[in-house]
Amino acid sequence: MKGSRFWSWLFLALGVVYFVLPLIGTLDFSLRMRRGVYSLDAYWAVLSDPRFQQTFTFSVMMALATIAVGVLLVVPTAYWVRLKLPRMQPMLEFVTLLPLVIPAIVIVFGYIRLYNTSSWLPLTGSTFGTNLLLVFGYTTLALPYMYRAVDTGLRTIDVRTLTEAAQSLGAGWVTIMARIILPNVLVAVLSGAFLTFAIVIGEFTMAALLNRPAFGPYLQLIGANRAYEPAALAVIAFAITWACMALIQLVSRFSPNPGARR
Amino acid sequence: MAEADATAEAARAPIRRRRLPLAWLGLVPFIAFALLFLILPTLQIVTGAFRNPTGEFTLANIANLFTPSILSAYWISIRISVASAFFGCLIGFLMAVGITIGGLPSWIRSPLLTFSGVASQFAGVPLAFAFLAAFGRLGLVTLILRDWFGVNIYAMGFNILSFGGLTLTYLFFQIPLMILIITPALDGLKREWREAAEILGASNFQYWRMVALPILWPSLLGTFALLFANSFGAVATAYALTGSSLSIVPILLFAQIRGDVLQDPHLGYALAFGMIVVTGVANFIYIWFRTRSERWLR
Repeated sequence: MKGSRFWSWLFLALGVVYFVLPLIGTLDFSLRMRRGVYSLDAYWAVLSDPRFQQTFTFSVMMALATIAVGVLLVVPTAYWVRLKLPRMQPMLEFVTLLPLVIPAIVIVFGYIRLYNTSSWLPLTGSTFGTNLLLVFGYTTLALPYMYRAVDTGLRTIDVRTLTEAAQSLGAGWVTIMARIILPNVLVAVLSGAFLTFAIVIGEFTMAALLNRPAFGPYLQLIGANRAYEPAALAVIAFAITWACMALIQLVSRFSPNPGARR
Repeated sequence: MAEADATAEAARAPIRRRRLPLAWLGLVPFIAFALLFLILPTLQIVTGAFRNPTGEFTLANIANLFTPSILSAYWISIRISVASAFFGCLIGFLMAVGITIGGLPSWIRSPLLTFSGVASQFAGVPLAFAFLAAFGRLGLVTLILRDWFGVNIYAMGFNILSFGGLTLTYLFFQIPLMILIITPALDGLKREWREAAEILGASNFQYWRMVALPILWPSLLGTFALLFANSFGAVATAYALTGSSLSIVPILLFAQIRGDVLQDPHLGYALAFGMIVVTGVANFIYIWFRTRSERWLR
């Protein structure tokens, strides 16, 4: 066993070197804008760029809208299938897996052809329509993660008993959803929400092809034209992803029922 | 109308049947969403691949894929995906073995899994920036290797904007994904199996060759297929890293959608259809192998 422990350490060390070097390289590069000394100039340059503020705000809005649509769509559906149509469970699982099978670029290509200005539903004809389409596209991309998170949460509670208890006290469907089911799977929903946020905030393909001023295309533009700012942006993006994952861990830790931990 | 009729009919039916048609209504929003924003757009692409501009059935678009430039784009895409999936599986597997049964202290496991969660989502444009800053012509690693070890990787033919560079970059999200997927499978290897093998006189190598690997084989192959599909559809990283200098399928399609570089939208449909076929086959293999592996790892 001693031999195998040596190899384990070796592979772990190699992996850590591989993962840490690009991050250190990026951090180092982002601090070198001023010649000869480390400085935060690249970060100030990025943060004071009005286009950064605009695109970042836009992407945050898109992420929040995506989370709202995703929760409204997934939580009632997953609940309903668990309660009334358990035989439909495999169908739901299959459909929510599809966005992992069909590349995002193909889905958005379909949107552009299906919802162009001369079609029956000309969503790409107006700014609001295109934003709406982008939100729905992001919801589709996040569907596999959102559904799995919510389904894991629902598995840990007794949906049927809770529903019947609420009904016998006179609650309607909206009350059941908002005051019984949602609070019980809140931790799972929040995990799904933070993951959605991490996916949407830097998404490039859909935003670029739908021509929306999102953070992803802005990153790409800066990357093509500047030297030090991209490194600073990469550090910021990595910090955001890390913060989202840390929040998932944090809310899971405060979960009322340990079974819901991921 | 059909729904109203069904409701009226259900009202007259015996009580035990009353709920049947109504239960389906709860799925309508989800089905409508999936149809409008997932299924119909994809079908639009698939049917478009088999139609000419006037709407008649044709196989010409598919046949047009078999030109040298497009075939070479598919070929390099497939090669990059196979290479990054293979090394992602291999390295991820070795690291996952380390934290599960390899005897590494248990405090390493949780941070490594958390980091894997972060890194597997850290794809796209920022990842390209990070690798340019590390392995670019003036990147940190390039300079360290040159100044401290006297190894000039660019003189040796390495280029971040190439097959090798892109594969190296993709590994940053492929390895963590492998760790996340294969760790539960490795946890499923029962201690009793190892003890039984040792009692029967098996060496460590024999245990892996005859017990552990045959059980893990479906998981390994399945995850390989998933990683393959994962890198085959990736656009943002490659585009931010290489612009359009490296002609892989997603970038070709991206350029086609943006500016019709192929002068034929229906060839774009065919290109996208080809991508669905490749990732679809890979995912089908993943799902098939996963159901096989679940027999053992309960």
